[in-house]
Formats: sequence, C-alpha cells, structure tokens
Amino acid sequence: MGFLNFRQNTFKHGVHPPEHKSDTNELPIRQFPFPSLIILPMSQHIGAPAKIIVREGEEVTRGQVLAEATAHVSVPIHAPVSGVIRKIGNVPTLAGQMSEGIYLEAFPYSSQEVAKGEPVPLTACPEDILLGIKNAGIVGLGGAAFPTHVKLQVPEGKECEYLLINGIECEPYLTTDHRVMLEQAEDIFTGIRYLMRATGAKRTIIGIEANKQDAAEHLRAHLPTDIPVSVEVVPVKYPQGSEKMLITSLLGLEVPSGGLPIDVKSVVVNVATTAEIGRLLPHGRGIQERVVTITGPGISKKGNYRIPIGTPLRYVLEQVGAADNISEVYMGGPMMGVAVSNLDISVVKGTSGILVFTENEVKANKKIYPCIKCGACVDACPLSLNPSKLGILAKFEAYDEMADNFHLMDCFECGSCSYVCPSHIPLVQYFRLSKSIVRKRQKANQNG
Amino acid sequence: MANRTLHISTSPHITKGVSTDSIMLNVVLALLPVAGFAVISFGLNALLLLITTTAACVLTEHRLCRWAGQESTVSDWSAVITGLLLGLTLPPIFPLWMGFIGGVIAIALGKFIFGGLGYNVFNPALVGRAVLQAAFPVAITTWYPAFLGDRFSSISSSTLTFPFMTPTVDAVSGATPLAAYKFEQVMTGSQDLALGLISGSTGETCAVLILLGGIYLAARNMLNWRIPVAVLGSVFVLSGILYLIDPQVYPSPIFMLFSGGLMLGAIFMATDMVASPVTPFGVVIYGSIIGLLTVVIRIWGGLPEGVMYAILLANAISPHIDNAIQPRVYGTVKKQVKS
Repeated sequence: MGFLNFRQNTFKHGVHPPEHKSDTNELPIRQFPFPSLIILPMSQHIGAPAKIIVREGEEVTRGQVLAEATAHVSVPIHAPVSGVIRKIGNVPTLAGQMSEGIYLEAFPYSSQEVAKGEPVPLTACPEDILLGIKNAGIVGLGGAAFPTHVKLQVPEGKECEYLLINGIECEPYLTTDHRVMLEQAEDIFTGIRYLMRATGAKRTIIGIEANKQDAAEHLRAHLPTDIPVSVEVVPVKYPQGSEKMLITSLLGLEVPSGGLPIDVKSVVVNVATTAEIGRLLPHGRGIQERVVTITGPGISKKGNYRIPIGTPLRYVLEQVGAADNISEVYMGGPMMGVAVSNLDISVVKGTSGILVFTENEVKANKKIYPCIKCGACVDACPLSLNPSKLGILAKFEAYDEMADNFHLMDCFECGSCSYVCPSHIPLVQYFRLSKSIVRKRQKANQNG
Repeated sequence: MANRTLHISTSPHITKGVSTDSIMLNVVLALLPVAGFAVISFGLNALLLLITTTAACVLTEHRLCRWAGQESTVSDWSAVITGLLLGLTLPPIFPLWMGFIGGVIAIALGKFIFGGLGYNVFNPALVGRAVLQAAFPVAITTWYPAFLGDRFSSISSSTLTFPFMTPTVDAVSGATPLAAYKFEQVMTGSQDLALGLISGSTGETCAVLILLGGIYLAARNMLNWRIPVAVLGSVFVLSGILYLIDPQVYPSPIFMLFSGGLMLGAIFMATDMVASPVTPFGVVIYGSIIGLLTVVIRIWGGLPEGVMYAILLANAISPHIDNAIQPRVYGTVKKQVKS
C-alpha cells in the first residue's frame, strides 16, 4: 500500500474545500504598523508557560528577553517593540481563559532597532543549534506552536534520514507560507542548513501543493548545490499539510499509529518556521514578529502582513478596515482555526491567519439531522477512521470503546468529516471532547 | 465594528454545502422520471396509487411526530421517498386502500418505531411491501398490461375497491416476465425489458430510466455506486454461471438483470444509506449478498421475485457487516479485530 501511495504522490481520502487563496497570494508581505500597546501572553506555545524576568515600569529594547523558558518543552518570549512594561497581570487568550502576561507600551518615536544577540554559527554542534533555536523562542509557525527544538531532537536509538519542509499550506484562504517561499528563499535554505545539521538528516525535501507552482519554481531556481535538497509538488488536497499526510505523499511511508515522524526516520518542519530560523539564528535574535494572512469577506485591505507578536486583534482589524457587519473571526484557517470570542486577544506565535466572515457567509443551513450513515465521512477521513461510528459511540458516551477499538486518539481534528457531513453533525467537536475525556481517564488510571 | 457581538462556533467553519434534506430531495427528483413513465404506461391507476402511498407516508410521519411531541420531520423529504418507492413496487391496479395501509405501516413500523430517519434497520418501503405481500397475496400478484388504450380515461375497479373489501379481478391481466418464466417457461425479449414495454410493478418496468436516475445520483455523490454495482454484478455473474451450465433451464443473465424489481431495488432501495453498511468493502459484501439471495429466491424459491426479501435480509445483517469490517486505519498493520 505504501508503494501505491508513493506512486500516487498523495494520501488516501481527504477533501477539496474551495481555496479562496487568490485574494492574497499575489500580495507581497508588508510590515504592519506598531500598536501603542502590546499584550503578550506567556503561554503562546505548547508546554510550560515562560517565566517573566522583567518588572513593571522597566524599559525594554526590542528583541530583549522578557520571559525565559521554564522547562525543556518551553521557549522564551522576546520584546516585540522597544517600550516600557506597563503592567504584569492576566491577559485574555484565544482559549478563553485568562493567562499570565505582559502589557508593553511602545515608545512612539523609538527607532525600533533590534537588540544584538549571540550569533549561532552554521558550524556549531547540533546541541548548540538546538539551544539557539530554543533561545530564539521558535515554535511551529504553521499553527501548532509546538517548540521546534523539542521536535528536532532525535531520540536515543533513532535516526533522522529525511528532513521534510512543509510548504503545503492546505488551509483555504491562507497564503503566508506561499509568500514566504516566494520572498525568503535564502532564509529558507539557511534554515535548512541549520536543521540538517541539528537533526543529522541526509536529505531534504520541500513539499509544495500544486496550487503554488510559482513558489516551487522559484525555490527550484535558487536551489543551493552544497546540500542535498529537492522540491516536490504534490496534488492539492486537504489535509495535505498534516505531518502524517505529507510523509505519506513524499515518502510513501505511514507513521505508525501513536508514533511520531521520527519512527519513519523523518522530521517535518513548517517552511515559515524554517525561514525564521534562517533569518534569526545568524544574528542570535529572538522572534518578535510573524507573517499573518489577513483575509476574508469582512476585510477591505486583505494581505500578508509581518505583524509584531502581541498586537491586539482589535488594533489589527481597525488597520485593515474590517466591515461593519463582521460576524465571526477566526485565528487560523476555516478548517482548523479557532473562533475568537474577544477582540482583546493578540496575535501570537501560532497565528498563521486572521479570517473574518460577515453575516452573509455564516452558514445558514446548519440544522442538524440524524446520522444517515451515508459514509461521506468514511470516504473523507485521511486516517481511514470511521467517524460515523465514532460519532454514534460519542453520543452514547462510550469513550473507552472509541479509543480502544476505533483509534479515537489517532484523530488529529482536521475537520474533513464535519466538512462533508450532510447532517451537519459536529463530529470533530465530539472527538475533541471525547479525546480530552479519554486523556483524563488515562491520567487518573496512571495515578490511581 | 468595535461593539459587534461575535459569534463563536467550532471548527471547521465551512461545510461542503450538501445537506441531508437536499440529498433526499435529489432522490425524489431522480425517481420522478421513473414515476412519470409509470403513469405513462399504466395511466390513471398508477397515478392514483403513487399519490395514495406518498400521501399515506407523509401524513403518517407528520401525525406520529406530533403525537410523540416532536417537530415534524416531513420537510426532510425522506417520507416522500418511502411513499414513492412503495407505490412503485406495487402492481398498478393495487387497491388504493391497501396502498394506504402499506404507507402507514412503512413509516410506522419500518421507520418511526426505530427512532425515525437515521435509525431504521430496514428499508421502510420494503417493510410496507412485505406486510402487504403477507396480508394481500392475491392483490399484490394481480398484474395488469401496460399501454392499454383506455388507461387515461378509465380507472380499474380493483384500484377503487372499497376499503376492507377484496378486489374483483379484471378480465384482462398480464403476466410479468418473471412470472411467465417461473410458471410458464416463457422468456421475454431483452429490448422490451430494458425499455419497459412489459407488465410488472408500477415503477419497475423501465430499467433505462431507473439507471439514469442512479447515474445522476451517483454523479452527485448522493448514492453509493458500489452497492448497485455489487448487486447487479453478483446477479450477472451467478446467473451467468448457471446459464452456462444449462441454458435450457436457467434464464440468461441479461434477463435476470432487467426483469422484475432488481433494477429499482439495486439502485433505489439497496442503497438506502441508513440500512446499508458505511465502509467501502462492507457495501460490496452487502451488495453481493443481495445479488446472491435474489438469484437463489428467483430460481429455487417459491416466489417469482426475490429482490424484496433479499434486500430486507441484507438490511438485517448490515450492522454486523459494519461491525466486522472496518477499514485499515492509517499507521496500523492490520485492521483492529473488534470483540
């Protein structure tokens, strides 16, 4: 089967949502104005929140470390602007609950020059490169926000053969990775050099979806000769950008259930993350801004913007001319993005897009019918799970059976099943809840 | 913008735009040409029968929902499908009062007591027909010739039989191709079968229109094409083997495909999403079982036609097929065996 998939250059199942990328994919990345107030939550990444090391009233320079990593799975947070710490306290977050954070007031007339750091040379040993990546505060910029240095660490007894650079960007509407590939080829290749050295990978493949041929051609035209790197174009299909699907499409291998890419000798890194590593490490700087696609029918100045981390969403929407009748705002794409309930949250490291729908787009026919067992979800699930059966079991609260017999915990919540469901059953939501309940039970069992 | 109330919803925030009621409505649309041909070939009798069974199903569903204190589910169109399918499987001069009872039973016993749409174990239309077959064995096998000259001007006395009375059998009657084969060993030409120039149940005669309806639905992804392919394929292969063994005794595979209720059953009834398995391999097994049972009942059973019982039996084992056959999950070596 793996052989077959390899020849097809794609994975099984998946869906084809309308792309809507043409609104922004030809717009170059532009610098976003600095807001007067930056709001920085301390947990912008998966893992332990960073620990604040500055005091209220302290003046800080752009690029200075404001909070340091407290554990292995944690990263520091840098000042996105030069200014003064106004307040340390609770800040609103996308998840809904408040979290510890910093209110940073920007100096209006500062040159916003970035503080100098300790450069990490390409010749450094793998451990030093990993440390450099951690010190730069880098997390997966595709949206997952998992600390990159943790992912790059090859466990004892395993080896990394393939470094896969994820330039798929399969979420509709989003074009940040596309623009980064067109505009930051050199940063990407520098990043790849760091990553190959850190992981010991023997070969690098940049995977790009066929709707970004220009990016593929641009990168191919600039391929360096000193490292074994190639560009592969794969068919457009959601969720091609998931790690597992990308590995299957590029290598014809399947990551074992419950395993990690390293189990098939691979490490997958998002292309924007790679570019940021290549941009920051040679100067020893930390991450202060990121590229965000701001788009959707509710926005008049759509585009790809380099936005300082911590910029409040309300300020962003004012700058890009949000319509009066906006109804839903999502952080991320329409398939996996999270609906925003509060415009006082800010752009964080994991924000790849801001999508704004008006009243006109918010689905009219959302009436939920019973499952008619049409099997559309079964034909959509990229992991060949049985969402229909899982959905019925979730209704009966048979969470253990879902996990034990139907691979619930493999589900990565891509949303393909809900997308195709004619009965509008919120399957992904069921699975999200079921997974958290199963996780709690497993924890309780371990402790008990 | 500043003071807008934001709506929040869970991802994904877009849908494909297909909804259950639109699927059901499309099935109704795909059945309309079949029903239209039934009216053209059998006249007013067929028209009245289809109206009666459909009205019976819709009214029953509406009434039962109200009595159960629920919102009426008539607007999802599924009761219309049941009513049309039931009417199409009955003989054209079937007494209307019996058709009405069939419609009530199809919805009440075939669907509602299981919990309504999505929970029925059997195809509701076939449950209604099975009860009618048991209750009125003569009326349901009283056939009528197609394309009679007065079909648009007169109504058969059988159609208008007074409720709870036994219909008087008309002088004219036409044997169906399957009955002719079974009881008189007479074969009907395959061209007549395909085009529906024959006697038979109201909507089972024109195989071409049924096929077109199926192709329309399959092209719109509203019908699992694997089911009719498996049903028709297994009938073709099995009857083909028998035909090769002895063409004098066994009918040709073409005759088997285009006669009786097989085409309508394979395309519009075996494909009832609720009562069929969901996995790709599961539906192939399910369809093959229907094909096998159809051939066995037709050739060795006491009845001339076996599609209805074949589908009902396969409906019954469909949940077990679903339990036994799960697709191989990504990243696993072999499929998980369920206890």
